[in-house]
Amino acid sequence: MNTDLKTICRDIRCDILACIGHLGVGHIGGCLSLVEALAVLYFREMNIDPAQPKMPGRDRLVCSKGHAGPAVYATLAERGYFDKKELLTLNQGGTHLPSHCDKNLTVGVDMTTGSLGQGFSCAVGAALGSKLEGDGATIYAIIGDGESQEGQIWEAAMFAAAKELDNLVGVTDYNKLQIDGPVAEVNALEPLAEKWAAFGWNVIDVEDGNDVEQVAAAFEHARLGRGGGRPTMLILNTKKGCGVKWIEELGPGNHNTSLSAEQAAAAIAEIRGEA
Amino acid sequence: MEMRAVYAEELAKLMAADRHVCVLDADLAKASGTRALYERFPRQMFDCGVAEQNMASIAAGLASYGFKPWIESFTPFATRRICDQIAISIAYAKANVKIVGTDPGISAELNGGTHMSMEDIGVVRSIPGMVIFEPVDEVQLRAAMPVLAAYEGALYLRLFRKALPTVFPEDYRFELFKADTLRTGRDLTIFVSGFLTKDALDAARQLAAEGVEAEVVNVHTIKPIDRETVIASARRTGAVLTVENHNVIGGLHSAVLEALAEEKIPACAVGVQDRFGEVGKLPYLREALGLTVENIVNTAKRAVSLKGVL
Repeated sequence: MNTDLKTICRDIRCDILACIGHLGVGHIGGCLSLVEALAVLYFREMNIDPAQPKMPGRDRLVCSKGHAGPAVYATLAERGYFDKKELLTLNQGGTHLPSHCDKNLTVGVDMTTGSLGQGFSCAVGAALGSKLEGDGATIYAIIGDGESQEGQIWEAAMFAAAKELDNLVGVTDYNKLQIDGPVAEVNALEPLAEKWAAFGWNVIDVEDGNDVEQVAAAFEHARLGRGGGRPTMLILNTKKGCGVKWIEELGPGNHNTSLSAEQAAAAIAEIRGEA
Repeated sequence: MEMRAVYAEELAKLMAADRHVCVLDADLAKASGTRALYERFPRQMFDCGVAEQNMASIAAGLASYGFKPWIESFTPFATRRICDQIAISIAYAKANVKIVGTDPGISAELNGGTHMSMEDIGVVRSIPGMVIFEPVDEVQLRAAMPVLAAYEGALYLRLFRKALPTVFPEDYRFELFKADTLRTGRDLTIFVSGFLTKDALDAARQLAAEGVEAEVVNVHTIKPIDRETVIASARRTGAVLTVENHNVIGGLHSAVLEALAEEKIPACAVGVQDRFGEVGKLPYLREALGLTVENIVNTAKRAVSLKGVL
């Protein structure tokens, strides 16, 4: 297994661009912003075994912003859950890799998500299940910033703290953009860190959520500080479309956008420093 | 005995036998009859507070961990309020979660129109893969509970929570997907679900006194409906009446008509005529919404009169 996180992030980014480019359209911005978090989770933090995807007591990831499915699949493929060639079947009829995560279709996916807000509650349920089983697992749940406008996120936040689910680590992909515009203009979340703290969560604010060293340090900090009955929320200040300049510059337009095979190839060359 | 007491007793047996069986509430454990179980099963009972959406998705998360959750609330909050959570977190994800809605339709009585679900069966029935069960009395409920628990998948239990007159004999044998013919007759079939089954039987006796022999079939499992029994009975009698404590759109009437879509058989409905409920006690509400024995008798006669006319 490759352990150099920067190389891993580069490869995951290229996989995302390749499979969305092959299809021609996809949720590219919110996939690219998540790469560092997924790389750290699957290549450093999580107790998992790709050879035993249903291993009892494994750590679990719930990608509640289910539209980041392609980023999850690219990471799973890089980690060896399935052949990277399968990534090119993304969203094709009959695929095991649908736009939004589906636990009944994809090896390594532990929760079905896509209707925003629900996956986070499902993760809370899994964290409660883990506590009851006493298996020592950590449940990770990634939510979007736009998703955080769902009331269900805050229902789950309240419950997780009330039930002292300190085996739950949330991750907010705070890329500041949603479909209709900047989050701050559509329906502002700030003060976000204070909201989570007020709900009884430990909060770790990561200044650059696309700096893999900062992200790795934050997850390690969360792991070492586990206990005491408080769930933890990592707020990753990320860049939507991170890694490809023209995609970043699309702003809110990069949420779900067309990407030709040629554009993807050029973007991959840019990331690999070959452009 | 109150239906909720029977339900709670059976749940307690299930929890005692299997530590993975658990119950989630949204601040209505008392109404569901399960409040006392919190002391006995502290690791299997969880109150989510007034947050039904969270409750439904947490149940799905627990199910993904091998638990067998039952979630409870009043019917409108257990169905239409969390329709998307039932559809996606539970049904689409194939989560083994039992959804229990208490106080269906007019049985919400003094809570009135806001709490009176006339559409819950329609909401749940249109979600792929859902099973819908509505018991008639405590005998049927008691017989059904272990079977419902053993069914692996998403299921909606529509539970009248107060005491009901007993219809089924003590030796009743319950089959989940099989409708029960309670009375045979040649002139029409009354398909009925839930507490109105007793009224359908009373109506059948009155009809018999007037020379009309009604067959009475209890459709306890509204989805998937027992097509075989429905079609065979309707063909034999040649006229149909459905009786339900629910909107005539989306519930039993719709389910029966869908089963009979290719048959030339007249079908009439006693049910809520596409209107909201209102506050009141059962006798008043029965009159106000037409869920009376008298209306069943009259509408049955109309169904019979349509034979050969259509």
